[in-house]
Amino acid sequence: MSADRPDAVTPDAVAPAPTVPAPTVPAALSRAPVADVALVATFAAFLVVCTVLLALPVPGGSVPVTLQTFAVMLAGVLLGPRRGALAVLLYLVVGFAGLPVFAQGRGGLAVLGAASAGYLLAFVPGAAAAGWLTRLRRVPRTWLPAVVLGATTAATVLVVYPIGIAVMAARTGLSAGEAIVAGAAFLPFDVVKNVLVAIVAAAVFRAFPDMLERR
Amino acid sequence: MSAPAAAGLLGLYVPGDTWLHRAGPGPKAAGLALLGAWVVVGRGPVAALATLGAVVVLAATARIGWRTTARGLLPVLVAAALLAAYQVWQRGAAVAVEVSADLVSAVLAATVVTATTPADRMLDAVVRAARPLRRVGLSPETVGLAVALLLRSVPALARTATEVRDAARARGLERSPRALLVPAAVRAVGRARLVGDALAARGLGD
Repeated sequence: MSADRPDAVTPDAVAPAPTVPAPTVPAALSRAPVADVALVATFAAFLVVCTVLLALPVPGGSVPVTLQTFAVMLAGVLLGPRRGALAVLLYLVVGFAGLPVFAQGRGGLAVLGAASAGYLLAFVPGAAAAGWLTRLRRVPRTWLPAVVLGATTAATVLVVYPIGIAVMAARTGLSAGEAIVAGAAFLPFDVVKNVLVAIVAAAVFRAFPDMLERR
Repeated sequence: MSAPAAAGLLGLYVPGDTWLHRAGPGPKAAGLALLGAWVVVGRGPVAALATLGAVVVLAATARIGWRTTARGLLPVLVAAALLAAYQVWQRGAAVAVEVSADLVSAVLAATVVTATTPADRMLDAVVRAARPLRRVGLSPETVGLAVALLLRSVPALARTATEVRDAARARGLERSPRALLVPAAVRAVGRARLVGDALAARGLGD
């Protein structure tokens, strides 16, 4: 690097100026735009694994509760509003294109015809809202999980539910009241999953503190 | 004709050589969007049943096999039946027929598009369609790179999830979501950063 400085008095200074830029130090690589692409793609893949492979054990429950909404909110909190929403969008696009990445190995454009399509589409602004509400840089470490829990639950109830319930009502001919009752059945599960988001996000920020700086 | 669908991570494509297989992904997706709009606008049970009939005829010409189609449609058929029963009770038969027929036509048409279009061709179409996004700083190459990275990362993260589950079981914590999800997420972030560094070191994505 010193060879680029005109005032540097080194033996190199008399040599012709190097035409090749000095190699970047590894620490700077994580801030390159392509690092964002890697994070976005990896979190979209994490969404696939959480939805298709991992399931929350529910005592006495026969319906598998996937960790899809967990991964959506985690992407928003860890990556921030922009990259988090892009990760969810990438996941949806790959699913709509026909790969079986949705709950119970479903995929393709058929999921857009189903009554629950609004929830899937609402995950994009939902992740963005979760990321936007968690401006965590100035939050004391001990308060971090509580802030994440509040923000993700607000994003779930104020962004994901209204869109999901509105589409469900439009597609099924249910009244607003009936649709809200049907949609509210998910709330306990989603709160449990947001508690998990808070625990996991705190652990990830402990492991990679610089992720708090650039979200 | 009744070849089993290539399920799994290969997608939900059923090989064939009908006019629907040969049609490009763009026109098929556009047709589907038109149907979606028509289903929302078209009012009345007669229109809904006529649409459903047309979609069934269209689906028959794709020759994707009734068994495959039925398996794909089963969840929505159950949902449509429950919905129809509820609507007959609440609002009468006309509304019940309309909403359930609309639901089945939309899902059947989309199932046909997905079954006649390989996922990689659909993703190529997505990357091509992303070209106008260049103006907001998102090049189609970046979109293609992200899709490729996603496809490569799924098996790696799935293996990580299995390893993490084994590790949790060895400690007697297989019922603890925390013992499962914390290491899985930390290792996913770690992998993303290694991949990002490797790509940047190779000058990709500049």
